[in-house]
Amino acid sequence: MREFGYQQVSDVETAVATLATSADARYLGGGTNLVDLMKLGVETPELLIDVTNLPLTDITETADGGVLIGAAVRNSDLAANPVIRQRYPAVAQAVLAGASGQLRNLATTGGNLMQRTRCSYFTDVSKPCNKRVPGSGCPARDGEHHNLAILGASEHCIATSPSDLAVALVALDAVVHVREGDSARAVPLTEFRRLPGDRPDLETTVEPGALITGVSLPGLPIAAASRYRKVRERASYAFAIASIAAAVEVSGGLVADCRIAWGAVAAVPWRATRAEAMLRGKPVAIESFAAAADAELLAAEPLEHNAYKVALIRNVTVELLAELTGVSR
Amino acid sequence: MTRSSLSSSFTVTVNGEPQLLDLDNRTTLLDALREHLDLTGAKKGCDHGQCGACTVLLDGRRVNSCLVLAVAAQGRSVTTIEGLGTADRLHPVQQAFIDHDGLQCGYCTPGQICSAVSALDEVDRGWPSAATADVGAEKITLDDSEIRERMSGNLCRCGAYVNILAAINAVAQ
Repeated sequence: MREFGYQQVSDVETAVATLATSADARYLGGGTNLVDLMKLGVETPELLIDVTNLPLTDITETADGGVLIGAAVRNSDLAANPVIRQRYPAVAQAVLAGASGQLRNLATTGGNLMQRTRCSYFTDVSKPCNKRVPGSGCPARDGEHHNLAILGASEHCIATSPSDLAVALVALDAVVHVREGDSARAVPLTEFRRLPGDRPDLETTVEPGALITGVSLPGLPIAAASRYRKVRERASYAFAIASIAAAVEVSGGLVADCRIAWGAVAAVPWRATRAEAMLRGKPVAIESFAAAADAELLAAEPLEHNAYKVALIRNVTVELLAELTGVSR
Repeated sequence: MTRSSLSSSFTVTVNGEPQLLDLDNRTTLLDALREHLDLTGAKKGCDHGQCGACTVLLDGRRVNSCLVLAVAAQGRSVTTIEGLGTADRLHPVQQAFIDHDGLQCGYCTPGQICSAVSALDEVDRGWPSAATADVGAEKITLDDSEIRERMSGNLCRCGAYVNILAAINAVAQ
């Protein structure tokens, strides 16, 4: 591991200003991803700015009936929070579906949104990777890609975002609050992370050196009946091969409103807007759910070893929507 | 501490005793405990947060000490397996692991026990898990599936899971 300096900060302004003084500094949250990547040689910062002592550790109710989750709120505290559990159950379920009790006690809300892909070529410095070393190539396309993207990928990168939390957040209209230089900005989570295109090394739409200060969820009645479902290769403590956060509001046998987002299918938490548009106003029925999933999956570009994900995410979507609306299969 | 410094002097409370450390910033909490404080109970298994053998309590909560930089634990309180009980006065979870033969080689055991102690505390605080049917419920009913889910961050290559489950069940009763 490269040697590095370490500094604690107690206010957001100092954190951002300190990062700007270094060519190669990183914010340190729980460290569950960053410290691991430093051990692997993927990350080689010269300075770590510990942001866990910033006054961003509260979950507060907002005037619009929503909540503001501080960036330094640990995953465990987020999942245990009564307001989150009652009004945004998919968020609590998504957090609890990820990692382990030990990791959730360390990992932070902001860090979760910034975590890197677990693509095995990205985490192995002996291999080419366009995300880690721009222009070096992507062996995943012809190699090990069984858990990589089927949506929104490019010839340069097919990595997936591993976050469970972000899938639930993006389904429920979350907004990311960042500090960039001297100014604060609010970015909808749907616009926060970038698809790879020809620059897979650029992962977010905010300025380099921006600090996430919090994530807000609006007051959203439909969210109280939201649910998160995760499919993985073992019963616990594994990344998703497909996941979904969804909520449905039914009126007179028709879908009055819905929220659907998918995980483990793209470089971003994938808000399934085409499926949502297709489903609104339709009868609550298996055929409607399948048609909605198919509408979203028209854009899918599966590869040899991840084509199973198309059927998997479709079936998981139908199953969860049926469960949420009480339709039997 | 100056910002250019690649090492740091700081204090961490370990098993109730303040410890003054002067370490390279790269030192993990696990290595600080094992190599600098001679507390070799916490084990280095994977060193990547995937096996749980390094589990200790940080301010009373279980964490993977291999992913915590020692310098980032400054001012905080660490409890290792050595601080949970003594040979004469075992912690109830330690005694239960013996009574139910919850180990074979023993390498993962300190992590398993620290994790179990903390997991039971989390249940007492009403924290839900992925095995909890209603995430909004105030009270957790601790059954086998809850224990298995809550202990999934601790791997046992000997496969002593059946007896680990029995040991934790016994303490929870």
